[in-house]
Amino acid sequence: MPEQLVFAMEVFLNGLMAGVLYALVALGFVLIYKASGIFNYAQGVMALFAALTLVGIMEGQVPFAHLINAMFGTEIHHFGWHVPALLAILLTMVVMVGLAWLVNTIIFKHLVNQEPIILFMATIGLAYFLEGFGDIMWGADIKKLDVGLPQGINEAIDEVTYGIFDYGFFIDNLDIVATVVAAALVFTLIIFAQYTKQGRAMRAVADDHQAALSVGISLNFIWVMVWSLAGFVALVAGIMWGTKSGVQFSLSLIALKALPVLMLGGFTSIPGAIVGGLIIGVGEKLFEFAIGPMVGGATENWFAYVLALVFLVFRPQGLFGEKIIERV
Amino acid sequence: MFYREAGDFKTSYSEDNQTFPIKFDRWRYYFVLLVAFAVVPFIINDYWVNAVFLPFLIYSIAAIGLNILVGYCGQVSLGTGGFMAVGAYACYKLMTGFPEVSIFIHIILSGGITAMVCVAFGLPSLRIKGFYLAVATLAAQFFLVWLFNKVAWFYNYSASGQINAPERTVLGTPITGAQTEPWAAYLFCLVFVVICAVIARNLTRGMQGRKWMAIRDMDIAAEIIGVNPLRAKLSAFAVSGFFVGISGALFFSVYLGAVEVGEVFGITKSFLVLFMVIIGGLGSIFGSFAGAAFLVLLPVLLKNVLVGTLGWPTDLAAHLEFMIVGALIVVFLIAEPHGLAQLWRVAKEKLRLWPFPH
Repeated sequence: MPEQLVFAMEVFLNGLMAGVLYALVALGFVLIYKASGIFNYAQGVMALFAALTLVGIMEGQVPFAHLINAMFGTEIHHFGWHVPALLAILLTMVVMVGLAWLVNTIIFKHLVNQEPIILFMATIGLAYFLEGFGDIMWGADIKKLDVGLPQGINEAIDEVTYGIFDYGFFIDNLDIVATVVAAALVFTLIIFAQYTKQGRAMRAVADDHQAALSVGISLNFIWVMVWSLAGFVALVAGIMWGTKSGVQFSLSLIALKALPVLMLGGFTSIPGAIVGGLIIGVGEKLFEFAIGPMVGGATENWFAYVLALVFLVFRPQGLFGEKIIERV
Repeated sequence: MFYREAGDFKTSYSEDNQTFPIKFDRWRYYFVLLVAFAVVPFIINDYWVNAVFLPFLIYSIAAIGLNILVGYCGQVSLGTGGFMAVGAYACYKLMTGFPEVSIFIHIILSGGITAMVCVAFGLPSLRIKGFYLAVATLAAQFFLVWLFNKVAWFYNYSASGQINAPERTVLGTPITGAQTEPWAAYLFCLVFVVICAVIARNLTRGMQGRKWMAIRDMDIAAEIIGVNPLRAKLSAFAVSGFFVGISGALFFSVYLGAVEVGEVFGITKSFLVLFMVIIGGLGSIFGSFAGAAFLVLLPVLLKNVLVGTLGWPTDLAAHLEFMIVGALIVVFLIAEPHGLAQLWRVAKEKLRLWPFPH
């Protein structure tokens, strides 16, 4: 088998794994968009905030230490305890639910019936706020996140592929874990949406706000629930990306990676987010592998967008999006 | 009482059709122009020009451009930073390629080049609508920034990858480069702002503006009453690109002087200009100015208060600034989704009756 083809296969597999991570972020967008029509730009920052909070709780950091030190001239940094990972994740989840409740009560309750662009701008404002808030609360330095997920090259795959192609594939253990977690998450979400009472209520709200209200579904409750779910997805994405490349500001930029995924898959479809993520992940890695060296590299920044753009010209609602019917 | 249209009689059609038909508005407009041209240049210093006036003027042009696209024609764009970069790099190439031509012409030409690029990226708007379009314009943003980073021809193969504005003069006075006097840079930008604002105002209240608004309100209905969506949308992209390109060219040549594309014209710039448009008021030229003034002044004010007066560490102040800007945007959207321009309209209504409301 020619060498180039083997390399391409490795790139393909890695692209698939990266795609799963993109899909994970895109999922948070889809959840909120379906249930409340809000295009939540803050999803990436929520992932950053969740990861920051998780690290902060695990390390026993004092919240707002920098601010307190600046105001009162004290020198405090840590409580001096370490919280086990599982408990810290649970505590972070509580924080994210609280955040969801606050966001809904303070911001979006007052913006019901506004145009989508206004809601979108509000989420950008929220993103700015959370970014500054997270940095003030936990400090802006790059942090290492380790919740005990396996990392490094997967020996088994390396050996097996070496036996077949005479060349061992480099697949990160973390990527495999992420794939499994993402698959489980999607499966759980679909089950939740299809078979539980709250899930059905959520779909009803997504379908028609007023009709849902008239059969006795509490919009407020559903919205808080959806924002909490998105917070949960953000936490999972934050753990995966944070373990991979450290908890830092650039984590919030994964939102930008998820946007072309959404366009490709359709804003309203959960399977669309997954398939779109896989296509984008594989597409950009293969493009970088094949064309990148010719044009100076770093094509990953824009390739996904151009791919989605070209695709949308032929199918404006995305792969799985609901058909857009326009009436005068 | 203080703001009234009554008693303002017109005796000819041209009077009735002038840009500011109400006498009070007209006089206020002349007054602002007078202050801007004849008073401000004499009293400003370097700090005020560089921290407040130049960014305000240049962002105003960009905000007017984006407002035409988003506020009047309803096509949400997140590619403003990329289009400003096109203006900046076009200006740079023209300035270094044709040094004998006046910089005035270069800047207008860079606006034209940006308009063409903008139309090219606006083509998908015929198929894609709403948020899908907003995200699609991000393709322009990322692709253009990448292009200017990677293709060395755009920055004349300089080692640092930066572009630096060579020194150019208008009527013997240096406008770009280190020798520039603050008032000269200010006046140069002001001329462009006034020209752009007059063009925008007259475009938007004429036939073209009405076509754009028809497309914004509902494009299918507009098509049925005889507006050609292709021409209306693309003309909005072109005019918007022209203004944004001019502002990008000014931003690079007059304001910064040296530009590294990823830093200056990144995605945050796109959001900043969009914020200006939305906080100022969608579909209002005055709103573009108000939004630009608000978002230029706010960080300056916060920095002065937090670092200067309270003496906090700068990194803490920077984070706090993020929080305050974000919170203010949200508060603003909740209190007045139609922006500062709407507040002004309400104030005018009040002034019409005040202090005798009955």
